[in-house]
Amino acid sequence: MLRFILSRLLQAIPVLLVVITATFLLVRCAPGGPFSAEKAVPPEVVRALEAQYRLDQPIWQQYLSYLGDLARGEFGPSFRYPGRTVNELIAGGLPITAELAFYAMLVAILIGVCAGVIAALRPNTPQDYLPMSAAMLGICMPSFLMGPLLVLVFGIWLEWLPVSGWGELAGDKILPAITLGTGYAAYIARLSRGGMLEVMSQDYIRTARAKGLPERVVVLKHALRGGLIPVVAFLGPAFAGLLSGSFVVETIFQIPGLGRFYVQAAFNRDYTMILGTTVFFATLIVLFNLLADIIAVWINPKMRHQLSRSR
Amino acid sequence: MPFLKMASASLLLSLLVMACGQGESNTASGNRQGILHLGNGTDPQELDPHIVTGVPEHNILTALLEGLVLKDPSTLEPVPGVATHWEISADGKHYRFHLRDDARWSNGDPVTAGDFAWSWWRALQPSLGNQYAYMLFAIKNAEAYFRQEVSDFSDVGINVVDDHTLEVELANPTPYFLQLLDHYSYFPLHRATIEKFGPPDQRGSLWTRPGNFVGNGPFSLTGWQLFKRVVVEKNPHYWDAENVSLNAIHFYPTENITTEERMFRSGQLHRTATVPIDKLAVYRREHPELLHTHPYLGNYFYRINTEVPHLSDKRVRRALAMSIDREAIVRQVTKGDELPAYTFTPPDTLGYTAPDGFAYDPERARVLLAEAGYPGGDGFPVTELLFNTSEGHHKIAVAIQQMWYKELGIKVSLHNQDWKVFLNSVDNGNYGIARAGWIGDYVDPNTFLDMWTTHGGNNRTGWSSARFDQLILEEAPRAEAREQRYRLMREAEATLLEAMPIIPIHIYTSKSLVHPALKGLEPNILDYTLYKNLSLDPTKALPD
Repeated sequence: MLRFILSRLLQAIPVLLVVITATFLLVRCAPGGPFSAEKAVPPEVVRALEAQYRLDQPIWQQYLSYLGDLARGEFGPSFRYPGRTVNELIAGGLPITAELAFYAMLVAILIGVCAGVIAALRPNTPQDYLPMSAAMLGICMPSFLMGPLLVLVFGIWLEWLPVSGWGELAGDKILPAITLGTGYAAYIARLSRGGMLEVMSQDYIRTARAKGLPERVVVLKHALRGGLIPVVAFLGPAFAGLLSGSFVVETIFQIPGLGRFYVQAAFNRDYTMILGTTVFFATLIVLFNLLADIIAVWINPKMRHQLSRSR
Repeated sequence: MPFLKMASASLLLSLLVMACGQGESNTASGNRQGILHLGNGTDPQELDPHIVTGVPEHNILTALLEGLVLKDPSTLEPVPGVATHWEISADGKHYRFHLRDDARWSNGDPVTAGDFAWSWWRALQPSLGNQYAYMLFAIKNAEAYFRQEVSDFSDVGINVVDDHTLEVELANPTPYFLQLLDHYSYFPLHRATIEKFGPPDQRGSLWTRPGNFVGNGPFSLTGWQLFKRVVVEKNPHYWDAENVSLNAIHFYPTENITTEERMFRSGQLHRTATVPIDKLAVYRREHPELLHTHPYLGNYFYRINTEVPHLSDKRVRRALAMSIDREAIVRQVTKGDELPAYTFTPPDTLGYTAPDGFAYDPERARVLLAEAGYPGGDGFPVTELLFNTSEGHHKIAVAIQQMWYKELGIKVSLHNQDWKVFLNSVDNGNYGIARAGWIGDYVDPNTFLDMWTTHGGNNRTGWSSARFDQLILEEAPRAEAREQRYRLMREAEATLLEAMPIIPIHIYTSKSLVHPALKGLEPNILDYTLYKNLSLDPTKALPD
């Protein structure tokens, strides 16, 4: 197992190098620089700025010094926020985005698993169609529609919840978490329905029923554990997706998270910020996928066996 | 299914519990405590007045710092700031400012003439990369010092007579010089604080952070969370503190204007930075008292690339300008009370009235186009109209595309580009016609006209006129009386409009939603707010 993890980590290094190099070159190819503005910038100022951010050096030299900085764990100064380093900006935004992703995940699991299980218990009846159609709707409805819709109903009409912010007014985390979570809830509902359907037709469930166990125990104690394996495998990549995909929700609700920095950086040609966030997210996605693989090996005896035999 | 029932019940219950928590709104508690909540557009980049360039930063800095002279928000005429009074020499080139004795920094230190001289020195350090350094070029030798043609700062026309007297010598009589003193590039900075956190010409040192920032304005910086808010609280050391009614101001970044409008509606903001176009009609119909619009010192226009062969003929450019129905655009497309623009300088810029430029006259436009060799648009090449990606610019472009096709029979293709790509294209002359906007730096025609000189960095049209250059660079700066100067400016603007390298479309308006509790706001073309005049009335609430 340790060897498996180590080899996967080593494989990650060239992947990350490719990501860094490609991003570095791509952002430099994009027309317009970080200092271009509607009002012309005097050449003296451009020179001073370029010198300060090492943009006056040849590109290969910039690339090498950037790699050197990265090796020391430094992403460099932000172009958009002159007094801040990219490390500082990521450190400021990450806890908020992670918290949002965590709540969204809770919402997704709670709604998704409930809907999936309900649907699987009576396949091809209204009890199945209703939650599954809702799930389909959830997958189809983008968050830039879902967010404003929820705000309109719960924020403006009913006046139950704040319309924006994060940790400022009581209850302001609910709507963003639901908006971000529902899309994933829909996926989880379909996955758990599939998993449960497969499990419910297994012999051991029939055995459990034959023993005269109440349906509640059969579902919760015997079926659920096996039925949720596909969901568990989905959680790792889903969490990485939630972290890196929270931009729209963060914009709608004015949440000071990492997703907004990411997209704004691209618009502003904030070279170091684009690179920093890309490298950071790439590392995160590699790690979460590794984690998902480890869990998959862990819970699947067949794969575990294969792994030890290949050794 | 008791389990499922339990699960769904607990989910609903937890939602309800959390939902019930929404307490008093920002504005309700703010009205009681004297805390103003403002929508402030994009997130501020920095709070160093020698580094920032935007309006959101300006809004915050005017609360934190104060220049020699302020403006009366209703007339925009100069009123005393740190200076109690000043004398201007007969030739208009020498200013002598008398600073008040009781002006204090937020740490209690006295504000002296030396503080102004030092921060103007800092503003002119090329290594700092100050994009607004040119604002100080009105001062004698400031430009030469910035360009390192003069190395001794004592040659620059700034003279500290004593702690409370500052003399300034200008390069030319500059009637708008007092106006400039209220711009953040002229604000004083606290030298000891800046030097504590690094060399004075270092960008992004930590002196601008809450706790470090020392200012001389009515408020001092107490909180700054990126993408969340900037908090300023009343500065007890401010010389006029007893007339400051507000206890604090919270500035919120509101890049998403639909969210900003929702924040206003739910009582989270006292004032928005702008209003979404599709909400204007709703507010006009249902709550006109909340909607504030006022002409703004800016022009929405199109640049024409005069180096493109078929656009090099001024008859073609005039035909394009004369066939746009601006009334229809402001009434049906922009809908925000914008003024149709037939000149480049906005109307009544402190007594300046632009010359009659042209009129909406499709008939005359067709004649001009025919004279240029394209009768009925025959043979006119398909021309590219470039704009930066935005719903609003797109709507205007579509309307104008239709008007040109209908009136002149010419075809225009629309292209949108991401902002930075767009800037790059315009800078390099890779366009036929391109959208542009220009906001004046100060209330004077010069800020709208000096950009069109041959080597003006913002010209970008390839247009050049020796007469125009002479008027703007030689004659107008030397004019002694305001009337004479305005006459020369009018002649320059007439030259510009005759050649038409640009097509003015409309004069911007500032638009905002204002909570009924907010008092003391005066409309003006700079959208300039004097925070110390503002107050909150706790008896007023948002209408249902």
